[in-house]
Amino acid sequence: MFKMTAKTAAQLCAWLACSLPLAAVLLPAAARAQQEPPYFVTYSTVLEEPGNLEIENQDIAASPKNANSFLAPTVEFEYGVKAWWTTEAYLQGQTTTNDSTVFTGFRFENRFRPLPREYWINPVIYLEYEDVNDADKSFLEITGNTSITTQQLSNGALRKEVERSIEGKLILSSNAKGWNISENIIAEKAVNEAEAWEFGYALGAARPLALKGSSRECAFCLQNFAAGAELFGGLGTRYSFGLKQTEQYAGPTLFFNTPHGVTLKFSPEFGLNDNSAGVLWRMGASYEIQQLRDWFRRAR
Amino acid sequence: MKPVWILICLIVALPLAAMAAANGSWLKSVPAADRGRTNPFAGDSGAAAAGQNLFRNNCAKCHGENAEGKGNRPSLRSERIHNATDGEVAWLIKNGEAFKGMPGWGALPEPERWQIVTYLRSVNTAPEGELR
Repeated sequence: MFKMTAKTAAQLCAWLACSLPLAAVLLPAAARAQQEPPYFVTYSTVLEEPGNLEIENQDIAASPKNANSFLAPTVEFEYGVKAWWTTEAYLQGQTTTNDSTVFTGFRFENRFRPLPREYWINPVIYLEYEDVNDADKSFLEITGNTSITTQQLSNGALRKEVERSIEGKLILSSNAKGWNISENIIAEKAVNEAEAWEFGYALGAARPLALKGSSRECAFCLQNFAAGAELFGGLGTRYSFGLKQTEQYAGPTLFFNTPHGVTLKFSPEFGLNDNSAGVLWRMGASYEIQQLRDWFRRAR
Repeated sequence: MKPVWILICLIVALPLAAMAAANGSWLKSVPAADRGRTNPFAGDSGAAAAGQNLFRNNCAKCHGENAEGKGNRPSLRSERIHNATDGEVAWLIKNGEAFKGMPGWGALPEPERWQIVTYLRSVNTAPEGELR
């Protein structure tokens, strides 16, 4: 029987990391979804459309001071169950120079949109269960009191500590004059260790480079690009709430909707204090399989 | 009651309350101010062509390549769309009907939503009897 080992999981992540950008070039022209803002960490209230499956690979690379450089791929499978409910699973791994390649864990999340209409500010409730070890370098969010100096430890030492936790986010998002402004408030609690509630935040603002569609199909029309910025970091714990001893990052993001249905994202995120890495380089590629559920339905 | 249970109750109760409040027809939910809004691209063939591209990228996966409907997802070449005002169609695109399967497209820029309305208007010009 096939057994998913840490090595095969890491190889799978690496394979997807290479294949998705390649798919952008090789796939036949397909429809492209255009309303998702170009964020890596911040969630907006845009959910996956019902029946669609989005496969995304997100890579993060950094060379922290006094630590080995690393590349951490995360593969996401995001499915629209209902127009008001999206479910998502993540597989995470990382490879560190002069060290090793390891599978660091998984996350399972659900997002619910409780209100049926569009308001000036729209909420989404996010609930997540995660099972990741301390070797995780995905920076999908930052909570609690952390420092990049922990990356100086070897993968072998870090992966011994596994944290299973539940996490909730209140996602707020507004759309006005083409701009999307999103705010996330994060609360996380370890369930396998006696740790205090940890908090974090993420803020994002983005806008397509053109607000009107073109009457011709074009690959490099401005409407296919979006730009924005993100700011995110930890807010300490229940007993040490605040910015002290936390990592904080900010940076611009750029997004390109290719004609083949693959979207590409890029962002350099700059550390804002001594606890943070100098720069986190992020890139992402995603492909949406449209109306997957139709494959399992009988023809009507 | 612990805060976590209050949160769980809210998560369950809010969608149920919203469903109970729905009056069954999106047309009845459109505020008068939105119903009377004017399409800035009305009659513009260029905007209709752009709207067709946007429709194919965002809407066709559910409503069919030419808005003819797909499976149990409704055709938009219909008397309902034909008779609706531009403002009503624009309101539906923006807000959707989340509890009936139609997501809101409020994150699409407003001019693009009007271009889609213009396209839908252009494919709903047949006499009423010929529309489904």
